[in-house]
Amino acid sequence: MSLKLADIKEPKTVRVVNIAGADAVRILEMGITPGVELEILRMAPLGFPIEIKVRGYLLSLREAEAVCIEIE
Amino acid sequence: MNTSPITIALVGNPNTGKSTLFNALTGLRQQIGNYPGITVERKIGTFNIDGIKHSIIDLPGAYSLNFKKIDERIAYETLIGTFEHEETPDLVLIVADASNLDRNLYLATQVMDLNLPTILVLNMVDVAKERGITVNPEKLSDELGIPVVSISAKNTQCIDVIKQAIRDYESPSPEPLAWKPSLPLRKAITRMIDGWIKPHTKIPEKAYYIEALRLISENDIKSDFYEFDNLELGKQVIEEARSIIEKSGGNPMAAEVLQRYNFIGDATNPATVKTKTGERTLTDKIDAYVTHKVFGPIIFTMILLLMFQAIFSWATPFMDIIDLLFVESGAWLSATLPPGMLTDLLVDGVLAGLGGVIIFLPQIIFLFFFIYILEGTGYMARAAFVMDGFMTKVGLHGRSVAPLISGFACAIPGIMATRTIENWRDRIITIMVLPFMACSARLPVYALMIAAFIPATKVLGIFTLQGITFFALYIFGIVMALIAAFVMKRFFPAGERTPFIMELPSYKMPKWSVVFHNVFDRGKIFVTEAGKIIIAISIVLWFLASFPKVDMPVFDNQETLPNVETSFDATENAESYQLKHSYAGQFGQIIEPVISPLGFDWKIGISLLTSFAAREVMVGTLNTIYSIEASDEDDISTLKQKLINDINPKTGKPVYSIATAISLMIFFALAMQCMSTIAIVRRETNSWKWPLAMFTYMTALAYICSFIAFQLGSRL
Repeated sequence: MSLKLADIKEPKTVRVVNIAGADAVRILEMGITPGVELEILRMAPLGFPIEIKVRGYLLSLREAEAVCIEIE
Repeated sequence: MNTSPITIALVGNPNTGKSTLFNALTGLRQQIGNYPGITVERKIGTFNIDGIKHSIIDLPGAYSLNFKKIDERIAYETLIGTFEHEETPDLVLIVADASNLDRNLYLATQVMDLNLPTILVLNMVDVAKERGITVNPEKLSDELGIPVVSISAKNTQCIDVIKQAIRDYESPSPEPLAWKPSLPLRKAITRMIDGWIKPHTKIPEKAYYIEALRLISENDIKSDFYEFDNLELGKQVIEEARSIIEKSGGNPMAAEVLQRYNFIGDATNPATVKTKTGERTLTDKIDAYVTHKVFGPIIFTMILLLMFQAIFSWATPFMDIIDLLFVESGAWLSATLPPGMLTDLLVDGVLAGLGGVIIFLPQIIFLFFFIYILEGTGYMARAAFVMDGFMTKVGLHGRSVAPLISGFACAIPGIMATRTIENWRDRIITIMVLPFMACSARLPVYALMIAAFIPATKVLGIFTLQGITFFALYIFGIVMALIAAFVMKRFFPAGERTPFIMELPSYKMPKWSVVFHNVFDRGKIFVTEAGKIIIAISIVLWFLASFPKVDMPVFDNQETLPNVETSFDATENAESYQLKHSYAGQFGQIIEPVISPLGFDWKIGISLLTSFAAREVMVGTLNTIYSIEASDEDDISTLKQKLINDINPKTGKPVYSIATAISLMIFFALAMQCMSTIAIVRRETNSWKWPLAMFTYMTALAYICSFIAFQLGSRL
């Protein structure tokens, strides 16, 4: 089982390994590409969405997108 | 290059300052409207270079030409010239945020594949510099192969820089595929174009590369996007193209994106200098509080409260002045013009309708003033982030919260504000439930009914039953809105899947020019577009209440009017007599059997019709029916007394009971009785389907709930 971005429950920096799933193309297009570093900044009140920093900008992802992102 | 007028398209990611640039270039020489059939705003303007008038189109913000949303699709279709209502641009200005260059250049590399003359405009170089990022435009231009200019919003010379770049533009269109796709990907693209796109589709030649890449990565043919034949062959060619990439060890879905980003990395590395990486930016520091789990919702609530309070207290004096102006000018006109039908039409139809439009302007202006400030600073996306978890539970969106709350003031600005919700389904559900929020027009009706029929009994020492009823009506509206949203989510086709990937833009000072432009546009759109419908309905309502013309008999009207109960009033005046015998009055009597199970009589029936002009008109209509002269000092309390004393001649019992009052309040809480809302929903959804559906379901729900309330209430 690979680790998903959705599994991370506290702020930390991770590296993207792979993107898979329905919205994969758009996630990639936003610059979340394999090898890139993601900084998980914080979670919204009910756990999702999460706020991340990628390539120097801030992005909010819902759970549906966060499960598409495999990390290490 | 340019000695003749050309059409220029502004393209770019959202939040890159595209609209600021558009405003700066065009000033007031711009037109805003909807694209026909859809609800994406269309902005077009003109500006002069050396006396030549060029047109400029501000395309909707897009992250990619591989569109996921209707806005992105329009941007793309305009560029490739398949959007029927738009001219194909002669020159493209790509606006890119220099502080976030990689992602912005992704779109730029796609646009460069379209074989259109292109200039890259690096915006916000000052913000980038603060973050330790310096971009060298000449170097970047060498790497990309297109002209690059850099501007910053603080620099007032930016317009001249752009005009000079347009003047200087000489290079031919950039070579497509400048991002150097790998050999297998290149082969796959060629296979796709030669095998299917060129012989079997009507895609314009400009778009061949982008379409080939889309087909390969999505493995799907978008059947609504262009005409084609031989679908089977198309699918087969896609398979072949994908297998070329797979055989070389690549992933057909991701190959294009990864290679574009590799190219971007290679292009930006020599052109940018980065210092102080990893340092916390101001945005990071603010976000530590604003999107915080606990502080976030608190800050959001405080901002909304302040905003709501300000709209209420700031707009009220203006609304009073407008009201006074229209009443006074109506009185003046009636006194000045010769009495007759034409004067009546002018005063009670047209002028009253116009007043009903203008009265909403203060609230619309103040609400949008705040919304555009919050949008301009970057806060709106944070509010959506904080609320999204709660709102998705009931089928709404984080961005639904602000429009819903502003619905407490008035549904109209609230519905106009749903434009910030990008997903069509989330937006339409928000619009459909928004009128349940207890708007200020319901206040007079609630106040009258509560004052007349709910006792002021003390509850728990500090509350009165009246206050609690008032509060309960507000909560009732909210709960009904949430339930309706929850139910609609089940029934609604999910439609196209739109990923919820929301950028949280860097905080910045709002651009006042953009704020004022936008507020002005909102006001103008409301007056010109919703206004037409509102005035038309006002005239119809005036006609229904004024015709057929009858004269009050001089004596004993009881025998001449078998249908009309007159017991309550011996001193009836001409106005109330006219209303009772008008089409509206007849309507009230015709629908009495339908509304009597709700506890309503024909007098309320008339009021239900006239209150369609605006809910608070109900009180005025009852005043007229009960022949209360406008000069009465305190008409609410006079009317209240008349309502309490009104006796049904058939039963000898009071016409109004507590059950009737509750039933009526529930009806007003739920029914769609506001033509201005109907008009604005028509404008915002671009079809009559949604306003009609809204009217039907809300009124049906109101009927059912009032029925239950009255039947239960009168049996208790």
